[in-house]
Amino acid sequence: MKLYDYELSGNCYKIRLMLNFLGREYETRPVDFYPGREHKSPELMKLNPLGQLPILEDGDLVLRDAQAILTYLAHKYDPSGQWYPVSDPDRLGQVAQWLAFADGITATASSARLHDTLFYELDVEAARAGAHRLFRVLDEHLWFAEQEGQDWICSGDHPTIADLACFPYVILSEEGGVSRQDYPAIRRWCDRIKRLPGFVLMSGVFPTSQSAA
Amino acid sequence: MTQACKDPVIHNQWHPLTSLDEIAQGLVHDTVLLEQPLSYAMDDTGALHVWYRTPAQPAHTPYDPAKAGNALPARSKHGYLWTCVGKPPKDLFPVPELLEPDRQNVPTGVFGVNVSAGRTIENFLDMGHFPFVHTGILGEEPRTEVKEYDVEISESRDEILATRCQFYQPKAALASESGADVEYVYRVPHINCALLYKSSPGFEAEGRMDVIYMFLQPMTREWTRAHTGMCVIDLENSYQGIRCFQQVIFGQDKPILENQFPKQLPLDTRAETPIRADKSAIAYRRWLSRKGLTYGVIPAAV
Ligand SMILES: N[C@@H](CCC(=O)N[C@@H](CS)C(=O)NCC(=O)O)C(=O)O
Ligand SMILES: [Fe+2]
Repeated sequence: MKLYDYELSGNCYKIRLMLNFLGREYETRPVDFYPGREHKSPELMKLNPLGQLPILEDGDLVLRDAQAILTYLAHKYDPSGQWYPVSDPDRLGQVAQWLAFADGITATASSARLHDTLFYELDVEAARAGAHRLFRVLDEHLWFAEQEGQDWICSGDHPTIADLACFPYVILSEEGGVSRQDYPAIRRWCDRIKRLPGFVLMSGVFPTSQSAA
Repeated sequence: MTQACKDPVIHNQWHPLTSLDEIAQGLVHDTVLLEQPLSYAMDDTGALHVWYRTPAQPAHTPYDPAKAGNALPARSKHGYLWTCVGKPPKDLFPVPELLEPDRQNVPTGVFGVNVSAGRTIENFLDMGHFPFVHTGILGEEPRTEVKEYDVEISESRDEILATRCQFYQPKAALASESGADVEYVYRVPHINCALLYKSSPGFEAEGRMDVIYMFLQPMTREWTRAHTGMCVIDLENSYQGIRCFQQVIFGQDKPILENQFPKQLPLDTRAETPIRADKSAIAYRRWLSRKGLTYGVIPAAV
């Protein structure tokens, strides 16, 4: 299995997290995303005509889109069905809902980070405002979930791919000038994710402080 | 008029805008320097141009000298385009290693950091953060001690030099196979530029060192464009591997930098508790103070 990967990409990080949680061996093919723009090279455009990362190759299958890749990996390599609860329609629906939400986080919080860090030309104020709108929704959702004794985005005792899809650009949001100060339930949820066995870091993400455990 | 215009020290410097590698020849590019919107281009003959941005020449359109705004000086050096919005100094610091034929100069990318340039230089000079921020690569607990080292301000060259710096590193460079005590030399030859020299894996005996540099472009007092690069004698690793390694490191520094408070650099050396690792930071702050820099710093009370 081969992941076309860029270290500083939150969307690639989602896949690295999943593969580590599943304990799967994989190969990485580092892509010179920046400054080389290798994701727009003919070789990679052939694999993903959208010119984006991540891309996963597994046998003959070539998949693009982080959420699609998470869905595939969880269904294929987690026989317990905990990460992607196919046999439970209610939870499956929730997972799909939050996967779509994760793409919204990419469009806002990640865009603001690309603007501040890699100088993408876009309306950063709009991106930040959009991120705050989504973070408020997520924070409120997590707060109510906690009241019900639920630790994760979707109901049930085990995290799902929805948590992995939402986590990276939330935890990297400060790099785009989006503070999480006003979202205490989001901060607690981030710490819970960081304490999951098999959790790995990426540049810009730090371990949770020992004392918070 | 912005504060920037009132500080001759920052004004009368060459500032980096971009690596030459990243310029699309013939097209207009936009950037910001000291709160001023600028544009630049490399024309069809390879000549470089910098001017105050004007709506007549928007970014990504073909460069047209007739439409460009008021011209600024443009200089090509160390693989980068430099400009000056004041009185340009005659010289820009030398980096002799860049001229050695068996080295590659690898620009590893320019990154925006939400902090002042001074804070970024200071972090670059500080070995004390290695085990905590670059865990498993440039340092590792419990080997956290910064050993005694020397710092001098070279009067002849007007630059800060820190020598005899040593640190245990699990993976000092992409080409390292195991942990080692690595020797470092730091140079700060420009208020916003610093270089570090570290033993190059495989070339220790010859005493040749890899060079890692950071050329900073102050966009505002608290938003900096950090041009990073590396000049290596490493023939086995590709450009891409080297870029990736440096980006991992810089990606780890960024959140640390952005959480500095205050974001501008206090020049009063009593403002923050000094530890041994800070010896070069103290020299840097004093040096900036003596120059009378006010932009992006909190000047010491006199
Ligand atoms: N919906 C896609 C978005 C992927 C995406 O935005 N990838 C970024 C890197 S993190 C990218 O390749 N951007 C380049 C571009 O969009 O041109 C996913 O979740 O995988
Ligand atoms: Fe660092």
